[in-house]
Amino acid sequence: MVQLRLPPNSRVMPGKEVSSVSDAEKILTVRVYRWHPDAGENPRLDTFQLDRGQCGAMVLDALIQIKNTLDTTLAFRRSCREGVCGSCAMNINGRNTLACTKAIDDYGDTLTIYPLPHQQVVKDLVTDMTHFYAQYAAIEPWLQTVTPAPADRERLQSEEERGRLDGLYDCILCACCSTACPSYWWNSDKYLGPAVLLQAHRWIADSRDEMTGERLDDLEDPFKLYRCHTIMNCTDTCPKGLNPAKSIAEIKKLLLERKG
Amino acid sequence: MAFRTPLGKARGLGSAKSGTEHWWLQRLTAIALIPLSLWFVAFLVTLPEFSYPLMVVWIARPWNAILLLAYLWAALYHGILGLQVVVEDYVHHAGIKLASLVLLRLLFALLAVAGLWAVIRLVALV
Repeated sequence: MVQLRLPPNSRVMPGKEVSSVSDAEKILTVRVYRWHPDAGENPRLDTFQLDRGQCGAMVLDALIQIKNTLDTTLAFRRSCREGVCGSCAMNINGRNTLACTKAIDDYGDTLTIYPLPHQQVVKDLVTDMTHFYAQYAAIEPWLQTVTPAPADRERLQSEEERGRLDGLYDCILCACCSTACPSYWWNSDKYLGPAVLLQAHRWIADSRDEMTGERLDDLEDPFKLYRCHTIMNCTDTCPKGLNPAKSIAEIKKLLLERKG
Repeated sequence: MAFRTPLGKARGLGSAKSGTEHWWLQRLTAIALIPLSLWFVAFLVTLPEFSYPLMVVWIARPWNAILLLAYLWAALYHGILGLQVVVEDYVHHAGIKLASLVLLRLLFALLAVAGLWAVIRLVALV
């Protein structure tokens, strides 16, 4: 059954407070979810106080500042710091987004940062993405054809055909949308989730791909696809401004279309 | 301890190759319910009085009987499709899930038969 409360060993306790600021400075308060797999303790919410003037513009800069100056044991993923790698997806002030593309000033003087919701936590803000990536692999996200590649040129695509991939190829698989989806929370063992369905649509919409029918066959399932109840959290939260809900609707339309 | 690969888990039992019918019928019945619900409200509002003899006469009129049956059918069909999704979403214990789905199906079938019988009986009375 759906659990309305966290199990006792997952409930978040108050944590330590660490500060490196004096009274005169503009203070940024960052509350961060902490959990250590080896400590045998409940997760806790640590509070860090930073001098806003010492810290860069983005939320990721604040986390790096904390790790550099206040607590080196803080664990989080980051890489590109410009919204193309998807590593630093986390829940900032109640919304899944990328820490690297969100300005601190958009939030005011307090940040509350949790890992992506309803994911197994590896440590602190790092969550286990294994199942998410396996679901991505399961939709076979590569070009599949029966016709052999032309010997003397690329597989051609018109500008219009290429245009149909806009808003689909841009997805960076950060998992903000899937982990914001209640249907994915309750049934992620079978439901593919908005991110993977958008990726599936990316190959269905590709004019060069010849496995559209097989792809639709694999998606036509009460759980894999139809657990989407158009809640729209995915589109609401996407840090890249994409529309996974529309992709899911397009897949449903195609399934209806081929039924005749 | 389970040694299943992540891809094995993600692929699971594969696709049921169904679900579109369910999704489409839920939308069709929803569309049907818009005019039918409006008609049902209008039907109740335009009744001069709430008395048994009058109700029997009104329901027994051909179009009223037809639309009332259509309304019952659409509402119950829409209801069972929706409740099935609710159970599938939230009940994760396989036994309880199966039992709830079976009970709900039977209950709604019984309600549909009872509704049909009630309308036919009223029509036969007049």
